[in-house]
Amino acid sequence: MIEDIELETLINEVYEYYGFDFGSYSRASLKRRVNRIYQLDGFTHFEDFLSKVRYDPEYYKHMVDEITVNVTEMFRDPAFYTVIRNQILPLLGTKPFIRLWHAGCSTGEEVYSMAILLKEAGLLHKSLIYATDINAKVLDSAKKGIFPLRMMKEYSENYRDSGGKEDFSSYYTANYGIAKFNDDLAQKMVFSQHNLVSDTSFNEFDMIFCRNVLIYFDNELQKRVINLFDDSLAVLGFLALGTKETIKYSIAPGKYKQLEREKIWRKIR
Amino acid sequence: MEKDQIDPDFSVVIIGGSAGSLNALMQILPHLSEIKSFAIVIVVHRKSTDEQTLEELIALKTIINVKPVEDKVPFLPGFIYIAPSNYHLLFEKNRTLSLDTSEKINYSRPSIDVSFESAAEVYKSNLTGILLSGSNADGTLGLKAIQKEGGTVIIQDPKSAEMPYMPNNAIQNTVPDYILNIKEILQFILSIDN
Ligand SMILES: C[S@@+](CC[C@H](N)C(=O)[O-])C[C@H]1O[C@@H](n2cnc3c(N)ncnc32)[C@H](O)[C@@H]1O
Repeated sequence: MIEDIELETLINEVYEYYGFDFGSYSRASLKRRVNRIYQLDGFTHFEDFLSKVRYDPEYYKHMVDEITVNVTEMFRDPAFYTVIRNQILPLLGTKPFIRLWHAGCSTGEEVYSMAILLKEAGLLHKSLIYATDINAKVLDSAKKGIFPLRMMKEYSENYRDSGGKEDFSSYYTANYGIAKFNDDLAQKMVFSQHNLVSDTSFNEFDMIFCRNVLIYFDNELQKRVINLFDDSLAVLGFLALGTKETIKYSIAPGKYKQLEREKIWRKIR
Repeated sequence: MEKDQIDPDFSVVIIGGSAGSLNALMQILPHLSEIKSFAIVIVVHRKSTDEQTLEELIALKTIINVKPVEDKVPFLPGFIYIAPSNYHLLFEKNRTLSLDTSEKINYSRPSIDVSFESAAEVYKSNLTGILLSGSNADGTLGLKAIQKEGGTVIIQDPKSAEMPYMPNNAIQNTVPDYILNIKEILQFILSIDN
């Protein structure tokens, strides 16, 4: 187990050697994640771990991949998707062109869920879905549109609970334990690496998703990232966060209006 | 390193439970009228869908203010906090709570071990961990961590638990400060403010 002070040393060294700043990540979670990989990889001396991270860029990459939390689901929180289906898509549908951004998309489950909703609403052909993450490994996996077959029962229940009426299994082909989602869903997706800590706004969007990413950041960084989203969002666009996250402490009141009980805000000016 | 910055007038009681623990809580919480010098945190296993109901149920049974837990909420004495479903609940050094969606631990999210270990790191000897009824091994490692940091370890007497497995497992693997039935647990909590 590493000590607090060692964690700070690691953060500083990673910044110095690789330019990546974990300094604004929530310590409680970060420490658990670093301890996890430290133990999994069989380290017993912090110095050994530190020099491995310093001098072996491959190991550094592996460490970053392992300390980011990538757990995700299709149609996670069905009520959230019901609101998108019934209230948001009819509004976005009036636009000639729809731009969406999934920031911290992980292995893509959320992105494919959204593509399914857009397709069912007849909007996918005029949409463009940007999906970004810092973790290159999850992005590679997301591009393939492949998810574990054993999860499909739960996902199809979520889909149904969110108001889905189609046969969920028509969206993928099952093969050797994996579900490969249909290529037409991926046609409008663009995956790329983007770091919310250091990269800037790159387009203007009608809807931005950043769910269960801000929980890993401290208050200061949350504020900065929410303002990055604000800069990237068209007026009357929507910002969606995870069920336990809020923009309340980051944005002047009156600039956004929350939709019912969901963590979705509309930019009104 | 061991520059303990623990807060002299803020202690924490963290209660973990699984199957059968709700009943125990319902026999404890209604008898607490005010908690001045400490906060109560409840981490119980449940299905990811019945979130609101648990908070409402507990809020109905107590006159103490139940604070809904969102990421980075201020963590203060005088309130009850309930770990939301589908997130692990963690403790920051600056008196806030944070959430984490990482892998389930002991088939559970929230996991009792995760919250106990995290609370132990921050609240050290100001922490009391109470483990109630359940049929899962969660909580045992967490109690060990609490003990290691100088906190107090209380385990529900398995004879009084609807599901004795969880308390039994903890008793076999730790050295608890107290093994108490529900009435005695209540007495213990009531005595903290005095
Ligand atoms: C728990 S997942 C969320 C997945 C999905 N949005 C959901 O809610 O199911 C968090 C993701 O945030 C990514 N992440 C962490 N730090 C980041 C950063 N600085 N910039 C971009 N993405 C980051 C992680 O790599 C991880 O894939």
